[in-house]
Amino acid sequence: MSILKIDGVTKRYANHTALDNVSFDIPAGCIFGLLGPNGAGKTSLIRIITQITGADSGEIYFKGEKLRPSHIKDMGYLPEERGLYKKMKVGEQLLYLAQLKGLSKDEATARIKEWVVRFEIKDWMNKHIEDLSKGMQQKVQFMATVMHEPSLIILDEPFSGFDPINANLIKDEILRLRDNGATIIFSTHRMESVEELCDNIALINRSRKVLDGPVREIKDTYKTDTYQVIGNGQLLITSPDFEVLEQHENHGVFRASIRLLDGASPNDLLRYLIQRVEVHSFVELVPSINDIFIRKVKETYHA
Amino acid sequence: MHKIWLIIQREYLTRVRKKSFIIMTFLTPLLLAAFMVIPAWLATISDSEDVVMVLDESGLFADKLESKEDLKIIPIAAGSLEQAKTAYQETDYTALLHIPKLDLDNPEGIRLYSKKNTSLQVKFRLENMLEKEIESQRFMASGIDREMLNKMKANVTMTTVNLSESGERDSNVWVTSGAGIIGAVIIYFFIFLYGVQIMRGVIEEKTNRIVEVMISSVKPFQLMMGKIVGIAGVGLTQFLLWVVLSTIVVGSVQAAFDIKPAPTPIEQMQAGRDLATGEESAQTQEESQANMLSEVSSAISNLNFPLLLGCFLFYFLGGYLLYGSLFGAIGAAVDNETDTQQFMFPITIPLIISFIMSYTVVIQNPDGPVAFWMSIIPFTSPIVMMVRIPFGVPASELLLSMGLLIVGFIFTTWIASRIYRVGILMYGKKINYKELSKWLFYRV
Repeated sequence: MSILKIDGVTKRYANHTALDNVSFDIPAGCIFGLLGPNGAGKTSLIRIITQITGADSGEIYFKGEKLRPSHIKDMGYLPEERGLYKKMKVGEQLLYLAQLKGLSKDEATARIKEWVVRFEIKDWMNKHIEDLSKGMQQKVQFMATVMHEPSLIILDEPFSGFDPINANLIKDEILRLRDNGATIIFSTHRMESVEELCDNIALINRSRKVLDGPVREIKDTYKTDTYQVIGNGQLLITSPDFEVLEQHENHGVFRASIRLLDGASPNDLLRYLIQRVEVHSFVELVPSINDIFIRKVKETYHA
Repeated sequence: MHKIWLIIQREYLTRVRKKSFIIMTFLTPLLLAAFMVIPAWLATISDSEDVVMVLDESGLFADKLESKEDLKIIPIAAGSLEQAKTAYQETDYTALLHIPKLDLDNPEGIRLYSKKNTSLQVKFRLENMLEKEIESQRFMASGIDREMLNKMKANVTMTTVNLSESGERDSNVWVTSGAGIIGAVIIYFFIFLYGVQIMRGVIEEKTNRIVEVMISSVKPFQLMMGKIVGIAGVGLTQFLLWVVLSTIVVGSVQAAFDIKPAPTPIEQMQAGRDLATGEESAQTQEESQANMLSEVSSAISNLNFPLLLGCFLFYFLGGYLLYGSLFGAIGAAVDNETDTQQFMFPITIPLIISFIMSYTVVIQNPDGPVAFWMSIIPFTSPIVMMVRIPFGVPASELLLSMGLLIVGFIFTTWIASRIYRVGILMYGKKINYKELSKWLFYRV
């Protein structure tokens, strides 16, 4: 079941088109990567989903219903441009933001207590935001985003500015929230940073959707049957089943990229190699999302 | 509505809890008290007596110039002016008065020498003494007795009366204009001080980058209105606290020190003259002062306070809402406070003009065409109408002005909310008027 269905969404600004007939589904309970370079239209799409702006045409369905204002409290949004009221205390701030999301005061207080324990920030509750380090502020910001336990969490460039320790903490939290049933949308231009986290992705370039689907399927579609081999000996491939794309040799150690041609299996290649050289490493070269993106973009240009 | 209420609460509480708010609230009444106490206190310490040496070569004033409590006259028996000057240099007296040989019909050449600049008061008093003496001498010469003249003097004070259908009321132009001006000044400063606070608040939300977090929970309009209303609450709180605290402080200071309000410079000058003209006029002065006091208090009690207060609150809030939303829009359109200048200008101009006009043209002619139009147009009416109300404004004009003010602030709020919803998400772009006018019709 899809939690969000984006159907032919178009958004134009005065002198450019931010989104051009974009459609895709986001399955419930997954981590979804909304990927694309800067200026591709990711933030515009998110602002339409969070109802900050409206689409010129097209529809969005949230849990099967047309998007409407009451859906807002079931979403949590961490914008790329984010901040907090500097002069407010951490506790007050969290309470305020949670209440604006529709929690009652008592509910909000109870949730804050829970999160405070989880993030070990009990000592900061009465500190002003401006007295916190940047990492602490980011934790508070993340708490504010998810405290009302939304079923859809949208994180725009979530790891920009996070130090590695906090980034890992946030990653763990995201996985935990997913396991509890929430759907998470990651929007980022740094595709490698979310590759291992995402179950599904959609690639957007120049206001158009380029590609979408489960990460594994996409990678299968785009894999090139290429293997990297490292070993000792003189490598000389004469078989018509294999093609050497690249080969280096240094002090008797070789490193080569070899592609399987029609019908040949990896085991065929391995058998062929073992008879001739000493194999130290044999790895399939899986294309990264980044590679796929670049290939796809090139294709759309040439097409 | 619940969300707007939350926003109002936050805007109100964070500001009211600020140290600067608390300090301002308590300091202002204290400053007011200080303004009352310090001049009175200064008056008591500067009451050191002035000593004036007099060299009278004419012989007309010998023995006639008498020392007063705080103005001592030391006649110099004889000698030249040069001798007198050297003698004066050796003393620390206030001044040296030189009266040359005089023609009574044309008394010229009297000089007052001093080391420092003499105060106006001393000069006036000496002039008065001399004038009075010369007059007496002239009366004597023409055979009129001074006593006789005093009997012939007449003293007229006029009581101004408002004729209206509800009957006759004593009125006093000063009280009427004063009441209006005070209301206008308060509204003027309130709009400025708290309008700028709205603008700062919006800019702060923009620079803190919290605005996008906020508007993923609430509508931009709710955020803007919450801020405007919250800050209005802060302003009203401060205003009411000032009124209450000032009353308490001023009351207790008056009780403790038994101080009358500090006299104005003009009154001081008059007092200087009066002192010199002697007892008989002091008496009439006292009488006329008493007259004036009773006149003022009756005029004050004749002001229509419920109307005045009601209108004050209406124009206070109406003017604030009208301008406040525009200040909010400016805050949304810019990235930092230095960029606000070009947009502040057109907003402050009508405010400043109505402020200046209200204590010049409007007060002189509260029913004239300038006063009429300025009290009808919503951008100037909050200030100008306040000045006109104590003079009496026809109900139809008042209703028209109020109605237009309501229409006006709905209009500016609409404009502001259009600019606001686009502006708060716009970063790093220099905005001009053309751009702003486009925002009005964006489909968001």
